[in-house]
Amino acid sequence: MREITMRDALREAIDEEMARDETVFLMGEEVAEYHGAYKVSRGLLDKYGAKRVIDTPITENGFTGVGIGAAMSGLRPIVEWMTFNFAFQAIDQVINNAAKTRYMSGGQFKVPIVFRGPNGPAEWLGAQHSQSCGSFYAHVPGLKVVAPSTPYDAKGLLKTAIRDDNPVIFMEGELAYGNKGEVPEEEYTIDFGKADIKRQGKDVTIITYGNCIKHVLPALTELESRGIDAEFIDLRSLNPIDEQTIYDSIIKTNCCVVVDEAWPIASVGSYVAWLISKNCFDELDAQVELVASEEVPMPYNHTLELAVQPTVEKVIEAVEKVMYLN
Amino acid sequence: MAEKLQMLALSPTMEEGTIVKWLVKEGDTISGGDALCEVETDKAVMEYASPADGTLLKIVVGEGGGAKIGDVIGVAGEPGEDIADLLAEASAPAAAPAAPTPEAKPAAPPAAPAPAPTPAAAAPTPTPAPTSVSAPPAPEGKDGKIRSTPIARRMAEQHDLDLRQIEGSGPLGRITKRDVQKAIDNNTARIVAGQGSAAPAETVTIPVSNARRVIAERLTQSKYNSPHFYMKVTAIMDELMNARKMLNQRMKLKVSFNAFIVKLVAMALKHHKLINASWTEDKIIQHGRVDIALAVALEDGLITPVVRNCANKGILEIDEELQDLIARARERRLDPSEYQNSTFTISNLGSYGIEEFSAIINPPNSAILALGTTQRTPIVGENDEIKIHSAMQMTMSYDHRVIDGVVGAAFLTDLKGMLEYPVQSLY
Repeated sequence: MREITMRDALREAIDEEMARDETVFLMGEEVAEYHGAYKVSRGLLDKYGAKRVIDTPITENGFTGVGIGAAMSGLRPIVEWMTFNFAFQAIDQVINNAAKTRYMSGGQFKVPIVFRGPNGPAEWLGAQHSQSCGSFYAHVPGLKVVAPSTPYDAKGLLKTAIRDDNPVIFMEGELAYGNKGEVPEEEYTIDFGKADIKRQGKDVTIITYGNCIKHVLPALTELESRGIDAEFIDLRSLNPIDEQTIYDSIIKTNCCVVVDEAWPIASVGSYVAWLISKNCFDELDAQVELVASEEVPMPYNHTLELAVQPTVEKVIEAVEKVMYLN
Repeated sequence: MAEKLQMLALSPTMEEGTIVKWLVKEGDTISGGDALCEVETDKAVMEYASPADGTLLKIVVGEGGGAKIGDVIGVAGEPGEDIADLLAEASAPAAAPAAPTPEAKPAAPPAAPAPAPTPAAAAPTPTPAPTSVSAPPAPEGKDGKIRSTPIARRMAEQHDLDLRQIEGSGPLGRITKRDVQKAIDNNTARIVAGQGSAAPAETVTIPVSNARRVIAERLTQSKYNSPHFYMKVTAIMDELMNARKMLNQRMKLKVSFNAFIVKLVAMALKHHKLINASWTEDKIIQHGRVDIALAVALEDGLITPVVRNCANKGILEIDEELQDLIARARERRLDPSEYQNSTFTISNLGSYGIEEFSAIINPPNSAILALGTTQRTPIVGENDEIKIHSAMQMTMSYDHRVIDGVVGAAFLTDLKGMLEYPVQSLY
């Protein structure tokens, strides 16, 4: 199968959906002339014109609101945030308007909109530009939240997001746009609320999502070399969460490590760990371990920057703990 | 290197000991395992075995002095060593026992009050000290709790394994899935002792009925709250058996054995009012009425219907009441007023062939009589001749809060007399 990058997979999804449905359009800072800060929208301006690929002023609160209004009026906007860090400007629009309008209008208004952009720790960007924002959105009823970790998932999930009649928060790994992966030529979509078991195993369950996969994949290799048969679940969808896949895995392995690059308090990771404690109590052989970011703003110093995030070593250590290997 | 000699737990429940006598003097050479002193524990006087080799440099706690577990009672080392620091430490408040320093050998970990019986405490002669105090890693946690993970518990249950027999490898001795799997693989820790290759019968879980719960609570409470003591005698029953036979023949009746017993016990209780009593924390109630309960087995449990005022009723009247009560008890049709507030209880397992047993007192009673079967028994007579009699063993359980040994003995002797010579009850 052909291999393409994450940015190309995303572009294909947008391109295909814009071709399929003329109410779909893309707006955001530098998405048109500059092809997007991470070059996701390369070629789209030429293909669809300035009416459907729109450069906005640097005003997240403003263009996010414009997008929500457009969605309420029957269009299907894709709003690109240059990063999720800048989108805190617009969080009132997202939480109070996008998430609530369908509910508060008794279903008279749908808000079919996608907010997408880079999320999570990057490198050398400092505390304000390097944070994992999924917990803020996963917290809110009325929003769907997804975070792909591979080009395949990115394309399939983005197409589903664009077709969904509800606001979808679509989080891309800031350092993942160049990652390559197999993506078929033919069309496909991936349903929300379906986790992906990226490695079958029987000894321990490791759960993560999004770009955090970069800490887990090397850990899996190391664990395999030690004869530990880990099962790896990529949540893909943070709200709704695919609980059954998690529970089926715990019933098999009896122990679990959750890896989440967000801070631990009130995070998706800590919520998943609670779900397991609550619903799999009798299956557990150890407390569920959570590998999260340290509770500090992201340091600029690179050594510290790496040290506060989940690491391969931290993941392995947590596995050793839940399997009583030390 | 000088080291502290610390007080050890010389009995499982000891918290503090008193030095009765030092068996060595300062300056004496000592070696591990030597008896250094005698310590009076909460249970007995025990010898304290030396945990160290060397010279006894200093006696810190003299004869008659007390020391808590972990307190320094002396110092051992090489002659001439500077022990000022150790002595300063020793005089520090006992509540803060020094952490074991690298040089203080593991012989006496002061931080571990070691509630578990150490070998030293179990054996009358303490074994050499280095091993005597380093308690083996108990499978149970320090607090006696068995720690296990939910999945380990379920696996153990499914495989009929006794968690207490499985050593936990997790933190604080937590029993994990792996530990249970090991026990399954090695076929150890079975609750049901394997009978050859026969598969163990299925484990059945029976929900506790209300009646069963009441029985459990009341009897646990009785056994827990009232200090039971027991007395046994054998009564020769020839006379009573004949009397009953005669009565039944003459009057064309079938008066039950239990009716005779109830009546005679009631007569004995009349003479021994202390037995017919109840304990109520601040007072003892000596009942004027003699209300005797008889334990009746039910399909699930037992019940104790009461014949009221037995001392003033004739045997026939008692028998009629008993028949009625027992019949309705088996149909579970007794009113609570018919099985509560007895003053004495009789439990008779004679018809099941039981020779003798001890019963748990039925609150609020202070005593219960347990009857065995009446059987032909060789008995040594006054002139050392052996004769065969019908004999019955009976056991009294008394609540020592109310009844002392002599009082209990007097009652039981009288009762035996009345059973052996029924006419005695007329006196």
